[in-house]
This record gives sequence, C-alpha cells and structure tokens, in this order.
Amino acid sequence: MSILVDKSTRVIVQGLTGREGSFQTQQMIDYGTKVVAGVTPGKGGTEHLGVPVFDTVIEAVRGTGANAAIAFVPPPFAADAILEAVDAELPLVICIAEGVPVLDMVPVAAALRNSKTRLIGPNCPGIISPGKCKLGIMPGFIHKQGHVGVVSRSGTLTYETVGQLTALGIGQSTCIGIGGDPIIGTSFLDAIKMFNDDPETHAIVMIGEIGGNAEEIAADFIRKHVKKPVVGFVAGQTAPPGRRMGHAGAIISGGHGTAKEKYAALRAAGIHTVQSPAEIGRTLADVLGKSKAKSQSKSRPKKKLAASRKRRRK
Amino acid sequence: MKIHEYQAKAILAKFGVPVPRGEVVFKAEDAKAAAQKLGTPVVVVKAQIHAGGRGKAGGVKVVKSVDEAAAAAERMLGMKLVTAQTGPEGRIVRRVLIEEGLDIKRELYLSVLVDRAAAAPVFMASAAGGMEIEEVAKDRPEAILRETIRSETGFQAYHARKLAFGVGLPAGVVNAAVPFLQSLYRAFIETDASLLEINPCVVTGDGRLVALDAKVNFDDNALYRHPEFKDLRDLDEETPLEVEASKYKLNYIKLDGTIACMVNGAGLAMATMDIIKLSGGNPANFLDVGGDASEERVKNAFRILLSDPNVKAVFVNVFGGILRCDMLASGIVKAAKELKFKTPVVVRMEGTNVKQGQEILRNSGMNFTVANGMKDGAEKAVALARGAQ
Repeated sequence: MSILVDKSTRVIVQGLTGREGSFQTQQMIDYGTKVVAGVTPGKGGTEHLGVPVFDTVIEAVRGTGANAAIAFVPPPFAADAILEAVDAELPLVICIAEGVPVLDMVPVAAALRNSKTRLIGPNCPGIISPGKCKLGIMPGFIHKQGHVGVVSRSGTLTYETVGQLTALGIGQSTCIGIGGDPIIGTSFLDAIKMFNDDPETHAIVMIGEIGGNAEEIAADFIRKHVKKPVVGFVAGQTAPPGRRMGHAGAIISGGHGTAKEKYAALRAAGIHTVQSPAEIGRTLADVLGKSKAKSQSKSRPKKKLAASRKRRRK
Repeated sequence: MKIHEYQAKAILAKFGVPVPRGEVVFKAEDAKAAAQKLGTPVVVVKAQIHAGGRGKAGGVKVVKSVDEAAAAAERMLGMKLVTAQTGPEGRIVRRVLIEEGLDIKRELYLSVLVDRAAAAPVFMASAAGGMEIEEVAKDRPEAILRETIRSETGFQAYHARKLAFGVGLPAGVVNAAVPFLQSLYRAFIETDASLLEINPCVVTGDGRLVALDAKVNFDDNALYRHPEFKDLRDLDEETPLEVEASKYKLNYIKLDGTIACMVNGAGLAMATMDIIKLSGGNPANFLDVGGDASEERVKNAFRILLSDPNVKAVFVNVFGGILRCDMLASGIVKAAKELKFKTPVVVRMEGTNVKQGQEILRNSGMNFTVANGMKDGAEKAVALARGAQ
C-alpha cells in the first residue's frame, strides 16, 4: 500500500496544454500515471497528448471520474486553480507553483478546512508512490517501490534522500514534498499521521528545514503516537538569521525556527537525527537493520533502540 | 522586500494612519530647512537604514532646536551605524528623517503578520511598546495579545476593541484606536505586506494615537501586483553581489566563508552549506540556480560566485529533476571557457541525464574534480580550498 496515490488514482492536469504542463504530463504518463483529463479554459473538446481536454475542472470530473488533480499554472493563478479543484470536490490536488503570494493562500486554507479536498503544496515537487503513481515533477527513475515513507519541505533534498535510499536497496512506499512556503495544504503532521496509519509503511524519513515550527509539532505527535522508526534531518544548520533562504518559509525570525531548536525537539521525540545530509540513507538502513535484528531475536536487546523506545514512552 | 521607515510612514498615511509630520533629507544642508518647517519645540532626527536597534546605536536623536537638528543630521549622514541587527560591518547612513517631537504619554506595540500554523493573519498588540518584542515574548508571553483574523470575517471592529481594551487603553482612546487598527490592517492586506510593525505606537498628551515608528516588509511573491513599490527599493541597503544575482533570477545570499556553492533547490542548497561546515570548511554563499536554469544563467552564477574575493573553491552540487545534468555541465564548461578562471571546481551531479553531463565534463579537456556523492564533494572542495590558500 501507500498513502494518497496509487494505481487507482485518476488524474486531471490543470494547465495541460502549457509548456511545463505538457512536458511534465508526458513524464507522468511514461511513468504509468493514469492521466485521464486536462483542463485549459477555451480548449475544451480538443485532445492533447492523447488526453481529452475540458474547459472546467467540474466537467473533467464528470466526464472521466477523476479523483485527483495537479496544477501546472503560474503563481498568480494558483489560488484560483486550487479553489476550482476544491469546488469540484476532488479528494486531492497538487500545486507545484513556486512564488504564490502568501495572502492568496489565506482564503484557500480557509476553503480547504471545510472541504473534501487535501492540498499538497504549493512550491513543491508533488507526491509519488513508486511503481504506482507519480503525481509531480520528481525524476521517477531514482525511486524504488518499498516500505519507507519520505516527507520533506524541499524538492531536490527529497531526491537526494530517495537517491541514497534506493542506492542502498531500500524502497519507498510514498514520497511527499510538502512545499517550502509559509502556508501549505499538507503539513509534516498530516503526512506523519498518514504514514503511521499505513500498514505498508514501516519506517519514516522526515526532512525539515529552518523556519516556523511544523517540525516541532510533528515531533510532538511522533513522541506520543508513532511506534515506527523515524529518521530526521533539518537543513539550514549554518543559515544566518533574518535571511530568507530561497524558500519563502525558510527564515529564522526573532531567534526562532533555528535548526538547533528543531533538532532538540526531534531528539526529545526519540527520532533518529542525522547531522549530515549525506548520512540520511545510511542512518535509516542502520535503524532498519537493528529493528529487524530485534524482531528476529527478542531475547537479544539492542541497547540504543531500547533506549529510544523508552524515551518515546514518556 | 524591505523599505525605509519614512517610506512605510508615507504608505500608512495614505491608508489614514496618523504619523508624525516630517521629511526625509539626503544632504546635511537640507536638514535645517526641514526642521524649521516643522516649527515644533522638539525635533527628532532618525537615521534611515534597513535594520532595527537604531536608538541604542546612536541613530536617533531628540533635539531642542533647529541648529541642533542640523548638527545631528550632519553627524549621522555618512556615518557607519552598527546596531544589534546590522552585524559588525554596520550600515552607512545615507538618508535621515527629520520629524516633529510629540508629547508622549504611553507607548504600545502593534504588528500584523501571517501566522503559518493558523494559515491566517494575526494582529498582535502589547502594552510593552518601544521594547525589543522578542525579549517581551520570551520573558512575558502573556503580555502580547494575539487576534487571528479569519478570511470568513475579516478584521472587524470587535477585533480592534479586544486589542485596544486588552492593552489597557481608556474608553476615550479606544474610540480612536478602532479606526487606527482597522487602517493598519487594511494597509497590511492591500499592500501584500509580510510584516507590518508599529513599535512604538504612542498615545499623546491630548489622547491621539500616532505611529511613531513603522516597519513594513512586502511579500516578494506579490510585488507583481504593486509595480509602484519598485521605486522604493534602496540598492544601497543590499549587498552588491546579491543585487547583481537578482538580475539573473539567481537566489544568492553572500556569507563569509571560502567555498562557493552552486546548487539547485533551496533545501539542497542549505544542506550543501551544512555539509561544507561538517567537512571542516565554511560556505561563501547560499545559491539556488533554480529548476529552469539555462547555460547562460549557470555562467552568470559562476561569474557572481567568483567575484567574491574570499572564494578559494567552488562546489557544484546538483540533483537533476527538471534541471538536466547535461545542460548544467555545458553551462559549467561555457563558464570556464569564457570566464577563464583558475579557481578549482568540484562537481557532484546526480539525477536526470547524469551520464551525458559527466561525459561533457570529461570531454571538455578541462580540469574539473568529479565527486561521488555530496560528502565526497564537500570534502574535496574543502581540501582544494585549503590547498589554494
């Protein structure tokens, strides 16, 4: 299994006929994603990349029975695209756009709260359940089907993590890039809860970064509820305060949101923290090796893991 | 985007927020006339830089005569102001604000910003005005009132009343505070601000509310809606290399180490800085070339990285997604040929078209160091930077 997307996911591409929409849609189709419709206002009734095009999202839903959407629209039109997917009651919408004004996202967040829709992004690479469905712009070939859930605020740092896991022969259940903006549809907490409930996800990697306190909130939930091993990294240990490090959300303000604070919260939750971004895969392999050894022979206690379990129970 | 205090006050005034009368001057000889025009017994001279903590550093002077005002402006203009927020290098003062002095009875703190967790703007107010709000938040968090403003309601008069009574304003002043706070909120929303802070907002002897200081930052992503703000940018307040980088849509932040890094994606760029530090080096910058980088942009990135005289080695760390490794490699080769630099370059590539990219580097006949993984890359860059010193 996996979370949010799998072989039954039927996708609408908003902005299908644009340059980026066309290129990315072809990549998704090649990966095996079921792209059933495109939406480009004014081009309804035509076909593009072998996919029927509709004028509105609701027509596309009615015409194809789609259950997810991905928007490839420029940032000024992102809020409108998301709200149209909410209006059509799609269970899932992904917004890739980088540079959406934060005040555009305030009413979107309000609309999402009372809706049937989950949003991933904006400013994110999307979501992939390897071997089943790629709903995003990540390079598909670096992934491998398996049992590790990956959640990250960053795109390329997710690829880096996945690359390390795959190189070690460790597959992934689902990988989600939640996005680097201050207001996003799916938080670390949301993703961790879903991974915790997914029987096919056996371990979780959480890749945070400076700014805000979403990592701390997720860590608190992990401390109380998550028995699966979690490996955590926080980017920006060397970032200067007061500067926005690329992502609109990656800023240390008023002395808060530092990597140091976040690492402390992760450690307090019994998460296996990694200081070096090159050791994320290796650390997860070690943790999995230990829990496997433990399940094979329960009489042989592993000191480190036992200690971390104890911490978590507090 | 940051703007100066006097610019922020001019914007607030347009939204009906009372601000002190005043005028900005760029030359000391204009200060006297500006002070004279005010005709008040007390004049305040305020250095205009994009950093707080000016008062303690000598950037704000309260004087009793026109001549003293002129003298204070003359001392400030051209001076290097080092505050708690500027870093040791400080900022050169190029503009000063000459303002009327007010009869201050009370000082309040007011601000509006977006609360990420609530996904909505939050209006904050505190009776502890004129102080470092971070200190107040740490020592007495209960002294800061917070009203989350939901899109469903917008900012209503009751929000303003809760805040105004909450900070202990008497009923008579609350009547003035309601439209004051509403105007502030409207300014925040309509200018697409990311932060609006009035610290302090003062209550005068005759019961008026005035924004004695003002800080407004804009959301860079919304600047396309406000073309008129472009003129408010002060390039003197930005690092020259960062200004240059912004022309090419490069997300560049200068730091003080010796290893330049070029990375795609903000998260990986931060992680690359971290691993350089863990490998015993210091990053010279943060740089995200972006997923849509072209050969030309890669070349310009090299030019900007290498114009930092501290740089001893360059570490290129790219995990190709949308960005293809072959395009990146061509850009690196083009940069090396056209810019003719001697600085050692370590390249670590992974992802889309990595084999073609490596082939381009190998066949270039140039001496790039190819790394296997980001740890190897960082270590090689650190070693090369040491060797170059």
